[in-house]
Amino acid sequence: MTTPGLDDGVPGLRAKPPVTERRLHPVTPLRRAWAPVAVLIGWAVHDPDQAQRQLTRLTTTTLLIAVAVLVPAAALYGFLTWWYTHFAVTESELRIRTGLVFRRTVHIRLERIQAVDVTQPLLARVAGVAKLKLDVIGADKKDELAFLGEREARTLRAELLARAAGFAPETAHEVGEAPARELLRTPPRDLAIALVLTGATWGALVAALVVPPVLWFATHSLWTVLATGLPLLGAAGASSVGRFVGEYDWTVGESPDGLRIDHGLLDRSHETVPPGRVQTVRIVEPLLWRRRGWVRVELDVAGSSNSVLVPVAPREVAEAVVARVLPGVTVPPPAALSRPPRRAGRCVPVWWRGHGLAVTDAVFAARQGLLRRSVALVPHAKVQSVRLVQGPWRRLWGLADVHVDTGAGKTVTARLRDAEEAAELLRAQAERSRTGRRDALPDRWMA
Amino acid sequence: METGSGQDTEPVAGEPVWIGLPPGLLRMRRLLLVVWLGLTALALGLLLGLFAGPVWAALALLPLAAIAWGWVMLGRNWASWRYAERADDLLISRGVLWREETVVPYGRMQLVEVTSGPVERHFGLASVQLHTAAAATDATIPGLEPAEAERLRDRLTELGEARSAGL
Repeated sequence: MTTPGLDDGVPGLRAKPPVTERRLHPVTPLRRAWAPVAVLIGWAVHDPDQAQRQLTRLTTTTLLIAVAVLVPAAALYGFLTWWYTHFAVTESELRIRTGLVFRRTVHIRLERIQAVDVTQPLLARVAGVAKLKLDVIGADKKDELAFLGEREARTLRAELLARAAGFAPETAHEVGEAPARELLRTPPRDLAIALVLTGATWGALVAALVVPPVLWFATHSLWTVLATGLPLLGAAGASSVGRFVGEYDWTVGESPDGLRIDHGLLDRSHETVPPGRVQTVRIVEPLLWRRRGWVRVELDVAGSSNSVLVPVAPREVAEAVVARVLPGVTVPPPAALSRPPRRAGRCVPVWWRGHGLAVTDAVFAARQGLLRRSVALVPHAKVQSVRLVQGPWRRLWGLADVHVDTGAGKTVTARLRDAEEAAELLRAQAERSRTGRRDALPDRWMA
Repeated sequence: METGSGQDTEPVAGEPVWIGLPPGLLRMRRLLLVVWLGLTALALGLLLGLFAGPVWAALALLPLAAIAWGWVMLGRNWASWRYAERADDLLISRGVLWREETVVPYGRMQLVEVTSGPVERHFGLASVQLHTAAAATDATIPGLEPAEAERLRDRLTELGEARSAGL
């Protein structure tokens, strides 16, 4: 595939453009400037008494000296890490060279890309820069390119995707950004209502409002109240305001590059999932959303941290999006899901009614949950292994569970099936996942 | 039930050919059980007999009972393990109380690992472990003879390459 000589930019090969190494955006050193300050604050919060004692001992001169040493040291460190970080795009790889003392070179194979994220935290938006991250299985968090110029990040993403798709390397530069077609945009009003109708939001709020006063009456210790109250408040904020801000203006688009997911009010994030990378899709329907017919759609991509595809949407819209994400898949209607046999109630009282299973030509679909229903869909081509598990109590009632493992580290389980049906399912599923694979898209989807 | 030594291999059409584990694994596990629990019983009996009186020393019978129980359990567990190489996938079936049957299509294998610890090596045993992209896949065949383990590894690798598929 790649000739090593070409990648090293040997001058003999003039016909092809040599691999050019690039540096990150010059504002990058600043992102580490706050690190020493954060360490100090963390120490002060962790041990307030000690911090106060140390503070009173400090004179202005020692403080000035400390600042005079720390700030240039941090600046130097930031500058040097920036100076020694290079990246280059070759025909088949993205290479990142980094490390001041311990050199580290990462080669990320482009056809194995599971997703490409361009994220812009608030301050980065102000500075006009962005982070670019490739989701690859087993890759580290430090393998992201932070920061790049905003436009540079976009063109780099387009180039990476074009090369990953299998466009000829000469044209990969010019292919440019693939046009996107909007599939869905979540109105802020729907998002707010959905959050209000979510139990977790209220739970976190109530906990944050009730626990600190109770603790105050019990202990009369300000530190205890602060130590428990602040994290609780943080959790409440994150699950209400934080979620709203993060999921604001959620847009799902479709392009030849794959699925585009853009979201965020303050921190913007643009994710691209190339075709054929989605391992599982879950359609979640919380109890309070049922009257409005709303659902939330989650997806699993190997190596990716983001798991939300649609934060809230009417069921038909969400199903249409799922049909685009997993081509050829229709979400089985609730009536098509078969329940476990009645005797399953001996193993799992009441909740057994929530379980269900449907297998179509394209997907293995398992439902669970009675109040908060969740249907997980796995395309047959994505099944890595199938397991049948049966404990002693299940065997007594002639029941068994079938687990389907996918590449994203998630397991979808059809619980409480009749034992014979489960054994048959195990065989049939292994067969289906083998044949399903043949029709799947190649890794280089445009080649 | 299965004897565990691959005797039930009448070739029925469409049925997988099950292979049990060699008896070496059972021998090793039973020996380890007897040695460790035997030593425990001895130490317990001596200490209690010396410091607490002969009545208390009867407590040393507990590890002995555990040996008898474990002897049977190990036998049953060993007999429950079996695997079958089919045309396109590997089947592993195991467990007495908690039964588990795993199917791994060859095309999904990411790597095949043959491991052998110091004790296993002494008894001439090796385990074969298959890894797929899913971490939950738990496909290990313990206690194989090294030659069989290597044969299995080579065959699985070959089949995996022929049917290789990405994620």
